[in-house]
Amino acid sequence: MNTQTSALARAPFDRTLLLAAPATLFMVALFIYPFLYGLWLSFEPAKGDWLANYHKFFTADNLWPTIWTTLKLALPATLINVGIALPIAFRMRVKSRYQRLITTVLVVPITLGTVLIADGMLTYFGPKGWLAHLLELLPFYEGPIRLTHNYWGVLISLVISGFPFAFLLILSYITGIDPVLARAASTLGASPAAQFRHIYLPLLAPGLAMCFCLAFVQAYSVFPSAVLLGAPAGPTRVISLAAYEAAFEQYDYSLASAIAMIMGFVQLIIVAIVLGLRGLFYRGPVVGGKG
Amino acid sequence: MKQDFSELRLDRVTRRFAGVGGKAFNALDELTITIKRGEFIALLGPSGCGKSTALNCIAGLLPLSGGTIQLDDLRIDTLPPESRGFGMVFQNYALFPHMSVERNIGFGLRMRGVSAAETTMRVANALKLVQLTGQEHKLPGQLSGGQQQRVAIARAIVIEPPLVLMDEPLSNLDAKLRIETRAEIRRIHHELGRATIYVTHDQDEALSLADRIVVMKDGVVQQIDRPQQIYAQPANLHVARFMGYRNVIEMDVEGATGDCVELRDRGIRLSGVAMQAPPGARAMVAMRPEEIVVGEGPQGRNTLAVRVETVEYGGRDSLVGVVTATGARLFLRTAQSAAPGDALSIHVPAERALVYAPTPA
Ligand SMILES: Nc1ncnc2c1ncn2[C@@H]1O[C@H](COP(=O)(O)OP(=O)(O)O)[C@@H](O)[C@H]1O
Ligand SMILES: [Mg+2]
Repeated sequence: MNTQTSALARAPFDRTLLLAAPATLFMVALFIYPFLYGLWLSFEPAKGDWLANYHKFFTADNLWPTIWTTLKLALPATLINVGIALPIAFRMRVKSRYQRLITTVLVVPITLGTVLIADGMLTYFGPKGWLAHLLELLPFYEGPIRLTHNYWGVLISLVISGFPFAFLLILSYITGIDPVLARAASTLGASPAAQFRHIYLPLLAPGLAMCFCLAFVQAYSVFPSAVLLGAPAGPTRVISLAAYEAAFEQYDYSLASAIAMIMGFVQLIIVAIVLGLRGLFYRGPVVGGKG
Repeated sequence: MKQDFSELRLDRVTRRFAGVGGKAFNALDELTITIKRGEFIALLGPSGCGKSTALNCIAGLLPLSGGTIQLDDLRIDTLPPESRGFGMVFQNYALFPHMSVERNIGFGLRMRGVSAAETTMRVANALKLVQLTGQEHKLPGQLSGGQQQRVAIARAIVIEPPLVLMDEPLSNLDAKLRIETRAEIRRIHHELGRATIYVTHDQDEALSLADRIVVMKDGVVQQIDRPQQIYAQPANLHVARFMGYRNVIEMDVEGATGDCVELRDRGIRLSGVAMQAPPGARAMVAMRPEEIVVGEGPQGRNTLAVRVETVEYGGRDSLVGVVTATGARLFLRTAQSAAPGDALSIHVPAERALVYAPTPA
C-alpha cells in the first residue's frame, strides 16, 4: 500500500507539460515582467516616501477625478453596447438570408480602428458635418448640436468601436444555445417573450457578464478617441490620458506607473463585482440532454 | 387551450421543404387521419421519411404548406405552439439545463399561471407517476439518460394536454431500459386517458405500444392499421419489407383463383395470397424468415430444394441463408442445426407467401 502510493507520487514527469513552456515564457516576458516592473517602479517616486505617487494621485485635483471621468464614459458605453447587441444578436440567432449581410455590416467598424472612426465622426457629426446640415432642414431644429470635442463624441465613438465586439461575442453565446429548448418551452405554453425571459436570458447571463467585463476593460482604457473627439482638458480627461501626460510630458515614469496600477485596480474591482454576480447564475452546458 | 377533446382530425396535412438544388419536395404529403381520445398512434418509418415533420406540424413548431388540423370543431393549424398546448417529448429530451427537475416539470404550469400550491402538488404527482420522487432538486445534468427521459415525459404530461407527442423518446436509451420505459409509456398513456402520437423507426416499439400504426415512406402514408394487420397483412411491398418480410423474389404469374395466386420461376413453383389488385404477368412474393420452415409441405406443395450458404447463430434459433436452384437468395429462421453446403428442403405455407405487384426495390 505504502509503496504503491509513493510510486504514484513519483510518477514520471509528464513531458507534455513542456508544450506549455513557450506560452508560459511568453506570458512572463510580455505580461508578468512588465507588470511587476511597473508595480515596483510605482513605489520608487522621484521624491518623497514609497507611497508618494499614490498619495499624489488621490490628492491632486487633476488626477483622482479621472477615475470617475473614465467610469462615466466606460460604464454607459459598455451598458449601451451590451444592451443593444443583445436584442440584435437575439434576432440574428436563426439563420436567414439577411443574417450574413447584417452581421457583416455590423461588424465592419471592428476593422476600422479608433482613429479612422474618430476621423469619420469629425466630418459626419462635426458642427459643419453632414448630420448638422441634415438637422438644419428640420423645422424645430434650434441651435447647432455638439457631438464632437465633448463627452458625447467620445461616448459615441466608444459605442461604434465597442459594439461589433459585444455583438459578435453575444451572437456566439446565443447560437450556442440549443434552439430546441425554446421550442420545448413554446409547447409548454411559453410565449416568445417568456421563452427569452425564462430560457435564453438565464442561460446567457454568464456569457453576458463575461462580455460586459471584456467590453468594459476595452472601454476603460479609452485613449485615442478621448483625445481626438473629446475635450481632453476637462470632461474627457480620462485616466489613460493622465498616465500619458505623466509619462511623456512630465517624464515621471514612476507616477505614470502608479496611475496605470490604479487604472488596473479599478478595472479589476468592476470585473470582480460582475463575475461575482455571475456566480449566482447557472453555468453549465446549454443543451437540453444527452445527445 | 383545450384540456379535453373527442377527436383530432388531420386533413391532407402537407409540409414542403426546399431540397438540394432549390427543388421543393414534400417531406410530408397529404397526411389524413382522425385520432380519437384515448388512442395510441405510432408513426412508423425509416429515418428521413417525415415522421418528425408530421409531429412538428401537429405541435405547431412547423407551419403547414397545406391541409388543416382540427381539434373537434376548433381549427388549430394556424395557432402558435404555445396556444395549442400539446405536450411534447423531444428525442434529445430538451430539458432546461438551468432548472431543477422540479422546475422543469412545473414550467408548463407556471406558464399557465397555475398557483404555486397547485403546481407543487401536481409536480409531486407527476414525479410519482414517472417514479422520480426524491430527485426533484437535481439539475438535468446530474441525471442518467433514462431519468432525463422520464423528466421529459413528466414535463409534457403534467399540463394534462389533450395530446401527447413523442419523437423517438427511447432512441437514446440502452436496450434494457428501452423495454422498461416502453411499458411505462403505455401505462402512463392509460392513466392519462388522452391521446398519444408516438414517432419511432423501431417496428417492435410500434407493434407493442400502438393501437394503430401509421407506416410512412418518403413523406407518404403507406398504411394505417392495427398492429396485427400491419404485421400480417402489409398493404404494399414497402411496408412488407419494413415489417420484416425480408425474402422478396420476383416470379411469373401462372394463374389466379380468387385470392390465391400461382407463381413460377423456371423450375420452382409457389402459391401465395394476393395482397394487391390482381397481378399482371410478373409479381413479387414476400416471405418472413420466421415463417419459412425446414421440411416438405403437404403433398410437397410450396416446397423448394435449396443449398445452405450462411448460418448466423442467434441463440434460440439461427438465421440461415440459402440459395435456390434458380439462384434466388432466401433467409429463414430455424432451431435445427445446419452447415454451409447442406442440401435442404424448405417450405412456406401458401397463406404466408404474400404476393404484390412488382415495384422497384
Ligand atoms: N428544416 C428543414 N429543411 C429542409 N429539409 C428538411 C427540414 N427538416 C426536415 N427536412 C427533410 O425532410 C425529410 C423528413 O425529415 P424528418 O421529418 O426529420 O424525418 P424523420 O423524423 O422521419 O427521420 C428529410 O428528408 C429531411 O432531410
Ligand atoms: Mg425524426
